[in-house]
Amino acid sequence: MAALQIRNLKKSFGGLPAINDVSLEVAPGERRLIIGPNGAGKTTLFNLLTGDLPVDGGSIALFGEEVTRLATHRRVHRGLARTYQIITLFQKDTLERNIALSLLGLSRTRWNSFGRIPEQFREEAAAVLSRVGLQALASRPVSEVAYGERRRLEIAMALAQNPKVLLLDEPLAGLSREERGGVKSLIAGIRREVTVVMIEHDMDTALDMAERITVLHYGRVIVEGSRAEVVADPRTREVYLGH
Amino acid sequence: MKRGIGYGIAALALVGVPFFSGEYYINLASQIFIFAIFAASINLLLGYGGLPTLGHAAYLGVAAYVPALLHLKLGLGHWISAPAALFGTTLMACAFGLIALRATGLGFLMLTLALSQVLWGTALRWVSMTDGDNGLRGPARPFNLDDATSFYYFALAVTAVSIWLMARFVASPFGATLQGTRDQPRRMSALGHDVWMIRWVTFIYAGFWGGVSGLLFIYYHKYIHPVSLSLANSAEGLLAVIAGGSGTVAGPIVGAAVVMLLKNYVSAYVERWNMLMGFVFVLIVVFMPEGLVPGVRRLWRRFRSVT
Repeated sequence: MAALQIRNLKKSFGGLPAINDVSLEVAPGERRLIIGPNGAGKTTLFNLLTGDLPVDGGSIALFGEEVTRLATHRRVHRGLARTYQIITLFQKDTLERNIALSLLGLSRTRWNSFGRIPEQFREEAAAVLSRVGLQALASRPVSEVAYGERRRLEIAMALAQNPKVLLLDEPLAGLSREERGGVKSLIAGIRREVTVVMIEHDMDTALDMAERITVLHYGRVIVEGSRAEVVADPRTREVYLGH
Repeated sequence: MKRGIGYGIAALALVGVPFFSGEYYINLASQIFIFAIFAASINLLLGYGGLPTLGHAAYLGVAAYVPALLHLKLGLGHWISAPAALFGTTLMACAFGLIALRATGLGFLMLTLALSQVLWGTALRWVSMTDGDNGLRGPARPFNLDDATSFYYFALAVTAVSIWLMARFVASPFGATLQGTRDQPRRMSALGHDVWMIRWVTFIYAGFWGGVSGLLFIYYHKYIHPVSLSLANSAEGLLAVIAGGSGTVAGPIVGAAVVMLLKNYVSAYVERWNMLMGFVFVLIVVFMPEGLVPGVRRLWRRFRSVT
């Protein structure tokens, strides 16, 4: 059974198709890379998968369960997690509280409107931050930490939920060479049971990390296959080099 | 430890007010308590949920009209009318929340305003039921709280419990998620939080506390007029929150004190007190845009760092 199965997905904005009849299957534990030039529809595809945008047509299934009409938070409870191209964190809160909000998202404790946030959540948050090398910054507000650390925090927030499918939207964007190294090893260290679908512009880095690659162009899948197949395909060259 | 001592001194001072104040000031303090609960309930929506409301007076007004009507029309006592008022107000918040939370930001503001205006219009025009512009006489105060001092202590106790419960609410895991929906609603959905449900529950909770302030209001004034449901009353509550500092527990209490002092005390000496109130708010917004409580804290931190 596929971890993620997309069939004939469609989405238009004002009559302009952004996702046009996209179908793809991602196997459990697979590392899938989605590439394509600007405006190809990569982030729109992620937004459809998470439910941030409603689909115009087609279907999405997570481990065989139809989730096309489910609200975003319900998909998260079924094991879908994501990061954003533009870092989206709680700036005034500490790193620990950011992780705690992530942990609360899947816990019944989030409806407790009288007690304090249990100590167990602080301990779990500390453990998660330790895994991504941010434990020393746990009590610092997000607004005071460096950009690369924010990227790592965003990935840590997704990983804290032990997702089955993780969507990473340009996790290396805007990072320095050193910071890239840190985030790359963080992604490489994600457990094999987690299916990872990643959008990335940095081809050298991304091709290293992916097992299969899907090339999107004008909202359509134009090439799909292994790294060697995609690199060798003339349509990939045409999209990226124009010849 | 320091904070505990501070709370202790504040509690002693509040308990001691009737010993060193005249009846006028005791009554003024009671009105501040009532308005503080009202402002704190608005703060749940505005300060912690990022939901600016201009219709919160609806809950105060309805919770005040219900016991008055039940007493006058059906002769019912406090043991029935008070729970009925709170239950009715909470139920109304459930229904209004379903409508108002179809939007956020300005849309939410306009929907809350529109809903409260419907109730204000009804109270004003349904003369056979509400006696329109004449208002309604309320029931006698419960528990023989007829003198200023006993009502003061009653209002103080209710306010202390109300503020404590609201403070626990915002400090709870649910409160943390509420503040998350204020700052990053989209991110909260992506973390598995049901943003709409969090807002709806908060809307109902805030409506309930608006109702508690309304119940105290009718007990204090023994009279209710449609103006209590009006836009002006909602706006004063909103101003109290903004002036005191939204998103803080103490802010709405301080803001309520400022508004009530200007409205009741200064108006006895200054004919154009409305203008003075506007001027005070302009000063607060210019010099402490975050509100009095966070502003004073900021100045105190700066003072400490210098000395």
